[in-house]
Parts: sequence; C-alpha cells; structure tokens
Amino acid sequence: MRTIRFLLEKEFRQIFRNRAILLMIIVMPTIQLIILPLAANYEVKNINLSVVDHDHSGYAQKLISKVTASGYFKLTGYNVSFKEGMKLIEADEADLILEIPQDFERNLVREDQQQLFIAVNAINGVKANLGGAYLGSIIRDFNKEIRSELLPISRFNGAAGIELTSSNRYNPFMQYKFFMVPGIMAILVTMVGGFLSALNIVKEKEFGTIEQINVTPIRKHHFILGKLIPFWALGNVVFTIGLLVSWLIYGIVPVGNLLVLYFFASVFLLAILGFGLLISTFCDTQQQAMFIMFFFMMIFILMGGLFTPIDSMPEWAKVLSRFNPVSYMIAVMRMVILKGSGFKDILPQLGTMALFALVLNTWAVINYKKRN
Amino acid sequence: MENVVIKTDKLTKRFGDFIAANEITFEVKKGEIFGFLGANGAGKTTAMRMLCGLSMPSSGTATIAGFNVYKQTEDIKRNIGYMSQKFSLYEDLTVLENIRFFGGIYGLSNRELKSKGEELVEQLGLQKEAKKLVQALPLGWKQKLSFSVAVLHQPKIVFLDEPTGGVDPVTRRQFWDLIYEASAKGITIFVTTHYMDEAEYCDRLSIMVDGKIEALDSPANLKKQFKAASMDDVFYQLARGAKRSD
Ligand SMILES: Nc1ncnc2c1ncn2[C@@H]1O[C@H](COP(=O)(O)OP(=O)(O)OP(=O)(O)O)[C@@H](O)[C@H]1O
Ligand SMILES: [Mg+2]
Repeated sequence: MRTIRFLLEKEFRQIFRNRAILLMIIVMPTIQLIILPLAANYEVKNINLSVVDHDHSGYAQKLISKVTASGYFKLTGYNVSFKEGMKLIEADEADLILEIPQDFERNLVREDQQQLFIAVNAINGVKANLGGAYLGSIIRDFNKEIRSELLPISRFNGAAGIELTSSNRYNPFMQYKFFMVPGIMAILVTMVGGFLSALNIVKEKEFGTIEQINVTPIRKHHFILGKLIPFWALGNVVFTIGLLVSWLIYGIVPVGNLLVLYFFASVFLLAILGFGLLISTFCDTQQQAMFIMFFFMMIFILMGGLFTPIDSMPEWAKVLSRFNPVSYMIAVMRMVILKGSGFKDILPQLGTMALFALVLNTWAVINYKKRN
Repeated sequence: MENVVIKTDKLTKRFGDFIAANEITFEVKKGEIFGFLGANGAGKTTAMRMLCGLSMPSSGTATIAGFNVYKQTEDIKRNIGYMSQKFSLYEDLTVLENIRFFGGIYGLSNRELKSKGEELVEQLGLQKEAKKLVQALPLGWKQKLSFSVAVLHQPKIVFLDEPTGGVDPVTRRQFWDLIYEASAKGITIFVTTHYMDEAEYCDRLSIMVDGKIEALDSPANLKKQFKAASMDDVFYQLARGAKRSD
C-alpha cells in the first residue's frame, strides 16, 4: 500500500507539472461540449414543401395548417398538380411534395385508413429526407388527433397528453441537443481517459524511466494501480466538467440520480483506462500507441451509437457493439440523464462494464513485463 | 562460496540469429570493484541487463547475491542497484522528489527517506539544486544523482553502465570518489567504462570482444599477460580483432 502512495504522489506531481495535460483535461472538453452539439446538429429549417391537394376537405386543410404551423416547412406551392409539383422539384424550388388523395377525409372517417404520398427531392438528400421524417411524424400525430376526435372513448383520453408528446417530438432541435450532449460527454471521458493511459506507460518506455522502475522489486499490479488511480481521478474531473457545462450551457440536469451516473462512469473509466494501459504495455513508442488507440477510438465512437443508433446497424455491427465499452457508456448516459433510469435499470450494463474493467486491467498487469 | 556475489555460467543472449552475449562465464567476489570492459556493441549492456533481471537470458545460468536469475528476479532486485547507460530518473521531478520516490519504492521508512535525502544532497553538493527539476541539471550532476539513487537502499551489488560517459574529468574523479565510498561500505561494484584510466581503478577487469569474454584478471596481471605498458594497449590488442562496431 505504501508503494502505491509513492506512485500516486509521483504521478500527480508529473500531471500537475504538465501544462499541456491540464489544458487538455479542462479546456478541451469544455470547448468540445460547447461546439460539437451545435455543429453536429442535423436540424433543418425552411424545408420547401409543395402540397398537391386533390381533396380540399376540412381535414386536408387541417393537416396542411398543422404542417405549416410546425415551423419547419415553407409552402412553396399549394394547390398545384402533381406535374407542377415535380417541376418545382426539378427547379430545386421544392424539397418535398405531399400529395393528399381524393376522398382523403371520407376514407379516413369511414374506413379508418388512408394513404398519403410523399415525394422527396434527392438532390439535397439530407434536407429532404429529414423533412420527410418530420412530415411523417407530423402526419402520425395528426392521425392520432383525428382518431381521438373520432373515438371519444379511446385510450388517448387526455388531449393534453397528446399535445405534450407531440410538442417534444416536433422539436427536433431540442431533442437533438438533449440526445447529443450526454453522448458527447461519454466520448470526452473516453478520449481523455483512453489517450492519457495509452500514452503514459509507453512514454516511460521511451524516456527509459521504466527501466529504473523495473529494476526495483515493485509489484506489477502496484505499478498498474499507480497509473490507473490518477487517471481515474482525472477522468472523473473531466466528467464533472462535462456535467457542469451541459447544465450551464444547455440547461441539462440529469433526470436520474447523480450517484448512479458517477458510479457507472467510474466503472466505465476503469475499463477504458485498462484498455489504454493494455495498449501501452504492447507498444514501444508513443507513436505506435497513438495510432493503435486512434484506430480503436474511431471504431468505438462511430459504432458506439452516438450518431447512428445501434438498432439500425447491420446484425454483425450489433454483435460487435456488445464488445464496445463506449456503446454502453453512451446508452447509460442517455438512460440516466434523459430518462432518469435508476440503478436497477442499468444493472446489466454495469455488470458487463465491471467485467470489461476486470479483464482489461488484469490483462494489462499480465502483459506488463518487467523483463524482456 | 559465501564470498562470490555474482556467478555466471555460459550466460547467453540471442536476438534472433545474433548472439549479443556469448557463453559468458565469470565470478565477482564480495566487495570487489569489477570492471566490465569492451568496445561499443561488445555486449556489455546486454549482459548487465540479464544480471539485473531486466532481460531474459537465452541460455546459461547466473546467480546474483545468491539468487537464481531465472526464478528469483524479485529477490535479486531487492539486493542490487542499477544505473543504466541512458539517464533514467524522472526529469520532471526535482532531485529530492526522485530520491523520495525511488527510496519509497524500495521500502525505506519515512525517517530514512528524510535523512537519506538530506544526506545525499549534501554529499553531492546539490543543496541549491535540491528543489530544482532534474532536467535543469548538467549531465555530470545527473549521473551522480543516478548513482546515489542506485545505492539508496544499500544494495549488496550495484551495476553501473558507463556511469561517466560524456562527463568532464573533474566530475569523473568525483564520481569515482563516490564509487570508492560505496565500496568502502561493502557494496560490490560492477562497472562498465570506456576510459582506461578508470579501468586502472578496478580490482579486476573482464574484457569483452564480440559477445565473448576474452580476458579476465587484475589490471596489473593483464598488462603482464599481454606484455603491454598500459591498459590502453591491452584493450587495443584485444579489441582490434573485433568485427562488431556501432
Ligand atoms: N533488443 C535488441 N535487439 C537486437 N539486437 C540488440 C538488442 N539490444 C542490443 N542488441 C545488439 O547487441 C549488441 C550488443 O549491444 P550492447 O548494447 O550490449 O553493447 P555494449 O557493449 O553495451 O555497447 P556500448 O558500449 O555501445 O554501450 C549490439 O550489436 C546491439 O546492436
Ligand atoms: Mg552499453
């Protein structure tokens, strides 16, 4: 135990003397957390919509006004024929066409079923596709409203309840930000922890200082713990900064318990630091460690469900993501911060993460060789 | 034999096909100052790292301070000090912090750490620099500090790999004073050097050529054996035939 105290003392001294590291730990996450959610914002406004209305009924009118009231669409053509609508798309004046068929109202009331047609301008694909998605959800909501009007004794009893969900759903900007910030926090903790730990032991190899350590009777697990604990503490500092920034800038206050959040983040940190240390024990130069860590970081982050939901990934990617500690972190961050999930809800992820931490750190200890 | 602290038998290190240390066999007695000479690339560092438990021998055996080099490395490490050819203390820690850290790792008590720290700083004349970062020290002082750290825990043997490489003559003299002091305390000294005047300070010398030990005796006997006027001459006669040079 005394050995660990000396190791920690030394490691913290070195960290506090290294301006670059301190800057990286404090400034980098803050700036990234401010910039990234804004830049990575897919919100699209002023989507040019042409409506081809064959019905001219009250419900059609209602639907159109609901669409325009959402604030995301600009009517660039109304009451046009489908042909004219297509022309507008060709001229790039419209991104989307919404076609309301004849007998829209009648079919909706009588047969309880009606089809709408949406045509998308694929030139500006992102804009049009997102517009299509917005439009789709507006129509779904419209449908619910109609149904609750038509069936007064229905499950959707509280009209206010519908309003509430729809107001959230129709605010993709808000949703996007809330969705992104916890994910980005997970990434920041991952990056800082992963790179610091991956570069550290290998730096001692490069500088030759590890020889002086290896020639002492130090125990291997003491040495690894002496590296793990300081970075674990730093990781928690980064995490705290992340929580503060997302509160101060985005007004995001975790719905769930902070203790649950910190507990999971702590276990996650042990896992990702163990991974970094493991890489460090395999490499001889900081350059090697950097490249290898970068390789894994890209995979961890891009396949971690930050941008693309894991559910919509192909089967093999889903299987891979089970071995990706970052995907658990992102998921749990969102669960606890946004949904207020409790300790019980995250228990499966916690168990897996603890296993990751145990395996990776044990492996790092084993792979750290005092003699080569 | 109580008196023998290092004993090797056909100790060999291969890197692939290349034999860096080739069946080296020798003994070092307790309290000796043993000089380990050889041209660049002869295999001195390689041999020394095996003896310190930093490198796994390919074949042969060795016993250091009574412990087996294959199985009891951690026991060996408790009983030796090592100063590597490349300066390897922490440049971003101060003199005192380095002493405290390595002393702590070797298990010195708090009281010992404090008194040792002060004692060393005084002995090295580093009072003014004690709280400076090591990276600010000139090489000669760094080397003296490394030596002091290597003998901090009063090991039975200390291994010094070119401790005076690149150091000015005055500092070299001071360095050898430190070595004699340690030797007087009963620490066995195992030292490599390229300076033949330093070789003369040793009780016994081995001279390595291309991974093999080609001569081993006291400086006086070696000069007799090779009919040479100086150690320089002895070394030249042996090393001339070497094929390796870095
Ligand atoms: N890890 C290694 N892999 C391959 N070859 C190595 C390795 N370490 C050393 N060598 C080779 O072994 C030989 C002996 O090297 P060593 O460092 O032991 O020499 P030395 O006697 O200490 O030389 P110097 O006086 O230059 O320090 C050299 O030719 C060197 O290139
Ligand atoms: Mg050498």
